[in-house]
Amino acid sequence: MTTYNEFVIRFANVNGSGSASANGMFAKSLFRMGIPVATRNIFPSNIQGLPTWFEVRISERGHFGRREDIDIMVAMNAETYEEDVACLRPGGYLVYDNTRGRPRSLQRSDIVDVGIPITKLILPEFSDPKQRQLFKNIVYLGAMSALLNIDFSILTGMVSSQYRGKDALIKPNIHAMEIGRNYAYKYLDCPFDMQVRHSELAKGKIFVDGNESAAIGAVYGGATVCAWYPITPSTSVAEAFEKHALKLRTNQDTGRKNFAVIQAEDELAALGMVIGAGWNGARAFTATSGPGISLMNEFLGLAYFAEIPAVLFDIQRAGPSTGMPTRTQQSDLLSVAFASHGDTRHPMLFPSSPKECFDFASASFDISERIQSPVVVMSDLDLGMNEMTSDPFDWEDGRKYDRGKVMSFDDLEESEAFGRYVDSDGDGIGYRTLPGTHPSKGSFFTRGTSRDEYAVYTEAPEAYSENMDRLVRKWETIRELMPKSEIYEANHRAGILFYGTSATPMKESLDMLYEEGVELDTLRIRSFPFGHEVQEFIDSHSTVFLVEQNRDAQMKTLIVTDLNVHPDQIQSILYYGGMSISADFIVNAVLEAYERDKLPRLREVSS
Amino acid sequence: MTFVAKPKIHHPLLKVNEIGLKRRDYEGLVSTLCAGCGHDSVSAALIQACSELSLPPHKFAKLSGIGCSSKTPSYFLGNSHGFNSVHGRMPSVATGANIANRDLIYIGVSGDGDSASIGLGQFAHAVRRKINMLYIVDNNGTYGLTKGQFSATNDRGSTNKRGVPNLYTSIDLVSMALQIGASFVARSFSGDKTQLVPLMKAALLHRGFAFIDVISPCVMFNNHDGSTKSYGYIRDHSAPVVDADFIAPQEEIEIYYAPGTAETVAMPDGSSLRLRKLEDSYNPRNRVDALAYVQNALDEGEVVTGLLYVEDDSVDCHEVLETPDVPLNSLDESVLCPGSAELAAVNDSFR
Ligand SMILES: Cc1ncc(C[n+]2csc(CCOP(=O)(O)OP(=O)(O)O)c2C)c(N)n1
Ligand code: SF4
Ligand SMILES: [Mg+2]
Repeated sequence: MTTYNEFVIRFANVNGSGSASANGMFAKSLFRMGIPVATRNIFPSNIQGLPTWFEVRISERGHFGRREDIDIMVAMNAETYEEDVACLRPGGYLVYDNTRGRPRSLQRSDIVDVGIPITKLILPEFSDPKQRQLFKNIVYLGAMSALLNIDFSILTGMVSSQYRGKDALIKPNIHAMEIGRNYAYKYLDCPFDMQVRHSELAKGKIFVDGNESAAIGAVYGGATVCAWYPITPSTSVAEAFEKHALKLRTNQDTGRKNFAVIQAEDELAALGMVIGAGWNGARAFTATSGPGISLMNEFLGLAYFAEIPAVLFDIQRAGPSTGMPTRTQQSDLLSVAFASHGDTRHPMLFPSSPKECFDFASASFDISERIQSPVVVMSDLDLGMNEMTSDPFDWEDGRKYDRGKVMSFDDLEESEAFGRYVDSDGDGIGYRTLPGTHPSKGSFFTRGTSRDEYAVYTEAPEAYSENMDRLVRKWETIRELMPKSEIYEANHRAGILFYGTSATPMKESLDMLYEEGVELDTLRIRSFPFGHEVQEFIDSHSTVFLVEQNRDAQMKTLIVTDLNVHPDQIQSILYYGGMSISADFIVNAVLEAYERDKLPRLREVSS
Repeated sequence: MTFVAKPKIHHPLLKVNEIGLKRRDYEGLVSTLCAGCGHDSVSAALIQACSELSLPPHKFAKLSGIGCSSKTPSYFLGNSHGFNSVHGRMPSVATGANIANRDLIYIGVSGDGDSASIGLGQFAHAVRRKINMLYIVDNNGTYGLTKGQFSATNDRGSTNKRGVPNLYTSIDLVSMALQIGASFVARSFSGDKTQLVPLMKAALLHRGFAFIDVISPCVMFNNHDGSTKSYGYIRDHSAPVVDADFIAPQEEIEIYYAPGTAETVAMPDGSSLRLRKLEDSYNPRNRVDALAYVQNALDEGEVVTGLLYVEDDSVDCHEVLETPDVPLNSLDESVLCPGSAELAAVNDSFR
């Protein structure tokens, strides 16, 4: 039986061999056929020579999580043949270069063997050794187009537009693609019974990664200062901000830039610059990952206590610094939530799609200026660095930025006495002034140590504790401002909570569980502090699972701390291997719990 | 507790400057530092410099790190915003603030612990980024606020209050600033207002990173015989250079001594400092010579004071970053938000 638009293909390559662009074209061509696509780059912390894998999952059912058994493997790295062959599901296809025959290690009788003499095909066609290497990738791309029935005009069109201006490259690329394609048509069974066809499902969507989306959100959100220090997987946030701001924010008449990007000397300085700019009334942000957050701790406390807006993007990765910088995790929650010494708490946003990276990025500046405190957007490597099908970005013209409580010259003229930390509105948020506003009113001294409501230095215990209590009132205001959870409820007894990229395999998990007679209500957490709906959801389900990609159940700790929830109310499903979490993992964990606790299923499942 | 010079006598403190303000309008809170602390003299000099330049007090932004020195922004320019940030990190906060609003006048006050130890990296990078600011280090060779540990500017062999010698080479921030590209580099002595005030005025009018290393004795922990940052030691070892022809963009900085003459300067503690001006041949426009000059003097145990280097066509960070003439913090959504039509094009680029 032929299946369409529903498979996982993995390309095994050597880092730095030029495969990235061919693999990218492969994924994009499917997207351009209207098929929902998600990609996953599994790469080492290295520039050249080590194994990398590029996984493409296409699914009309919305199943985009990592899968543990691969349908099609394009094995281009001799070093990893064995493991690459091992991860194919029975009946899967193995595509490989058989110029030197088929290695013994590839013997598996339950898979389909698709050998293509790529090296041999290339040899007579190209003389330059660099081209020979590069075009191997293009040859398999061409072969795959035949084997999967990819619209070839889309591929050739992509080559032409990619090399626009470098016309000399267009012909050889298309030629290399044709070599692979013609070989496949001539000698192989084309197409596979697992193939693609045009679809409408991705129509109107975009194909983008989370970091670039966040960067564009920062441009739209009015960020003018970006200070950062390079660290995988966050680097592309700052780089994309600069790229898009250059295009969208350069004054066409003067050539001046309505933004500034500073590559700081370290993460301490990066956040220091953001805080300086925020203090001075500019929208500023930094992008980093766990090790950077560690370095930013002292400054985060200062910003919390001095009440200065700052936006941070934490693109999480597996810790520690020298660990697995190119692997994904959701393991910075606790270190961000309570970053710094003393009593501190920082609000977090948890995007789970590129569109949400854009939305949260722009919203975070409004929230941060409104609450006069840092806001951290918690993405991760999986979302940040992989292109996937997403809803397009949208923006309502006329939308005003919420600059929060900032007093203008006129406000100060009319005011009696200015008190920076006076809670006159009862929401825990005082009014601030920007330096230089008024000759005689509204100036104050910002400090990280204690002061009274009028920003005057004091070490009086009452002043200190009153200030801390006001910050708790502010926390409750923040709770109301944060985006609410996304809930799907159908009165089931059991529910499952998740956040960030654990949402990616959720549709597939729920579909698989349904097959097993298990139906779950769902709640996707989108922010910390939590809305009341999280409390209600937990209280109204007798069994509650919480999926996380860390070892210590960090979100659970936050829920138990921030809400009135007993730890026993939540069963954790924890994955922390550094790959993105798969539906198989979630389903197994849920079913195990059902077995162990003899939980009732909705239907008997015939086995 | 000392008081930063409060106006008791009528002239010149009650004189009104060009914008109708008195010296008092440039003052801050009463200092809580130790009586005789050099840092208070630095604040007093700043007050004088700012008022004499007739700059509007609320257009200053004062930033500091942590330390006795970093407390001083409370004690001058009471009508301007101040930011007492974290230890050693004032340069980054000042950088961000400056990028956000290029229209203010930035004064950073730091200590030698703050800038030469914990914040050495941030200091260096603020210099090389050409942040348009006056950066003052109240240099006492010790950690005042944590009670007398050696700082990195303390000279090797110099002893602390208990007689224990410092075993490590000192860092000379002036040499560093010269080497990394500060466009205005000077050194002075807190007790030498005659030299310090004109230097501060020139620095405030300078575009780019203006650095003044002010030797500022800590009377609590570093004013004993074995210390090379004491009043006594500096008095005996200072070798001032005064730039004879520095012309500020708006105003000529007064020249105090003729070449080859000597001047006796009254000190806050009642003593006096004898400054000797070097020959006219000292040229403050040559970075390499300035560096050699400072280093040679240091080798001979002499502290060179005065304007050591100034760049005439200096640039600041905003030219490097190509930011607009108006401050970034004044831009609103009408300029910053590209709007939905542009976003449609952005979306298309991902298809
Ligand atoms: C991160 C951090 N470490 C240590 C301290 C403690 N501390 C406060 S002031 C200071 C030294 C200040 O020396 P300096 O900058 O020379 O200023 P001075 O008091 O001498 O003017 C230290 C170590 C601190 N505040 N923060
Ligand atoms: S301890 Fe030293 S540096 Fe601190 S205030 Fe006293 S004299 Fe000044
Ligand atoms: Mg000191």
